[in-house]
Amino acid sequence: MSMDKATVARIATLARIKVPEEELEHLAGELGQILGWVEQLGEVDTADVEPMTGVGGVSLPWRKDEVTDGGYPERILSNAPGAEAGFFTVAKVVE
Amino acid sequence: MSELTRLTLAEARDGLGRGDFSAREITEAHLSAIEQARSLNMFITETPERALADAGAADERRARGEPLTLDGLPIAVKDLFCTDGILSTAASHILDGFVPPYESTVSAKLRDAGTVLLGKTNLDEFAMGSANVTSYYGEVENPWRARGDNRRRVPGGSSGGSAAAVAGRCALAAIGTDTGGSIRQPAAFCGIVGLKPTYGRCSRWGIIAFASSLDQAGPMTRTVRDAAIMLRHMAGHDPKDSTSAPREVPDFEAVIESGVRGMRIGIPKEYRVDGMSSELEALWQQGVNWLRAAGAEIVEVSLPHTRYALPTYYIIAPAEASSNLARYDGVRYGLRVEGNSVQEMYENTRGEGFGAEVRRRVLIGTYVLSAGYYDAYYLKAQKVRARIAQDFARAYEKVDAILTPTAPTAAFPIGEKMDDPIAMYLNDVFTVPASLAGLPAISVPAGLSGEGLPLGLQLIGRAFDEEGVLRAARVLEEAAEFTALPTMLGGSV
Repeated sequence: MSMDKATVARIATLARIKVPEEELEHLAGELGQILGWVEQLGEVDTADVEPMTGVGGVSLPWRKDEVTDGGYPERILSNAPGAEAGFFTVAKVVE
Repeated sequence: MSELTRLTLAEARDGLGRGDFSAREITEAHLSAIEQARSLNMFITETPERALADAGAADERRARGEPLTLDGLPIAVKDLFCTDGILSTAASHILDGFVPPYESTVSAKLRDAGTVLLGKTNLDEFAMGSANVTSYYGEVENPWRARGDNRRRVPGGSSGGSAAAVAGRCALAAIGTDTGGSIRQPAAFCGIVGLKPTYGRCSRWGIIAFASSLDQAGPMTRTVRDAAIMLRHMAGHDPKDSTSAPREVPDFEAVIESGVRGMRIGIPKEYRVDGMSSELEALWQQGVNWLRAAGAEIVEVSLPHTRYALPTYYIIAPAEASSNLARYDGVRYGLRVEGNSVQEMYENTRGEGFGAEVRRRVLIGTYVLSAGYYDAYYLKAQKVRARIAQDFARAYEKVDAILTPTAPTAAFPIGEKMDDPIAMYLNDVFTVPASLAGLPAISVPAGLSGEGLPLGLQLIGRAFDEEGVLRAARVLEEAAEFTALPTMLGGSV
């Protein structure tokens, strides 16, 4: 399938990745090629099959809903590009 | 090359036990080997101080008569495992400076067993790649070169640094992760053993996530016995990973010499792909002959959906990756590239922080999960994945394990297949099906190509039958007598 520049730009926005305008054309070609290649899955009869969402058919275990960890905000914040008074900081989001 | 770096993990364990040498001596021998091989770029972070401290502690424990099971054995860890207090990068710019305040379960288990950490090995960025050429920290070079051809070759990927380090005698063993072949394919390219356990055998906790329904940690070693030893100390249920299996961990090493008499080995006709080289086909047949000679019954099986495995994988893995990698937003750790708003900061950070292959996969993943395309791509791929798993389930009604080649070619020169993503993806044509089905699979070095490069054979087992896989792998290993050394270490050129 082919993909146009506008579609790539839209996906890039959804994915929150800045893609320079001059790279859109090339990326559209690459992504279109990959999507064209995966379209062969259309040949497979999947009428009576359940989608496989995990491996082994194991049901996820239950556990008690309780606090088992925590109490060390300084460790959590130790890698933050910006932190202040026990919080992560980002540019202002509300006026 | 020191004699001590030539030992297998099992030999080194036994030598330390007898007091033939100390943990410090074998650690120093490996640190010096790493220094000499530095131009191959196997490690992102070397940890010599930590290694010597670990070795010193191991020697003290042994002197007190209280050695741990793997005390003093120097190993390398793929830089996808988070390590407490040590830079952990996933080979990505976006994790610049990230020093985790916690340790992954698998690396913690190995540490608790007494192993010595030599360093964090290079990989494809976020484990996305088959040649270790997408790392932000530069490509890794394979210690092997072709006969009469001086071009530098890829070690395979994504666990390329781990594979090169083990092949180059820079570590007794290493750990890697495998999502679609990232342990087995580099093991084949570098002439070592690589085992991807059953999905759920090892905890994924603390491993930087790529595709959560596929990722699995496993050992990379020079012998089947060493893989068995490592796996025993990596596996086990972990309450912190809800998909880790609540199963007992067998003593894998105890069964590896049990042979294959009476075992039924399947040969899937769909793996005879167009254009398979005659030497690879001959090696595969050789593997069949070896197993038959050892008493296995050879059975032709059919895995009819094999050819759909790669396109299925290239929907599911990018979809899961696009979701997993959403966390890299410049807020909590790693790189931040400022902007005029939070939205702009996210976009700038991710635009600059992700390399070309990661960006491509995140965009594909975002597309196939987006409104209007989800059913056509993602849901369809999940259904085809079910078909692929059914194929294996049917085959295992007739056989106990399946024998295939590991990769379609030997290691190729650095720079090849770079312009064509799909050509690169085809490296994983034989490894991806077992990943999708969550099955254990091992690559064993089985011979050299006409050019003098290693080739591997793959055994795929039933879920949680690593023991069967290891037994059959041991038979292949014994028959193949693969003793060739990489070019870097003076192997024939």
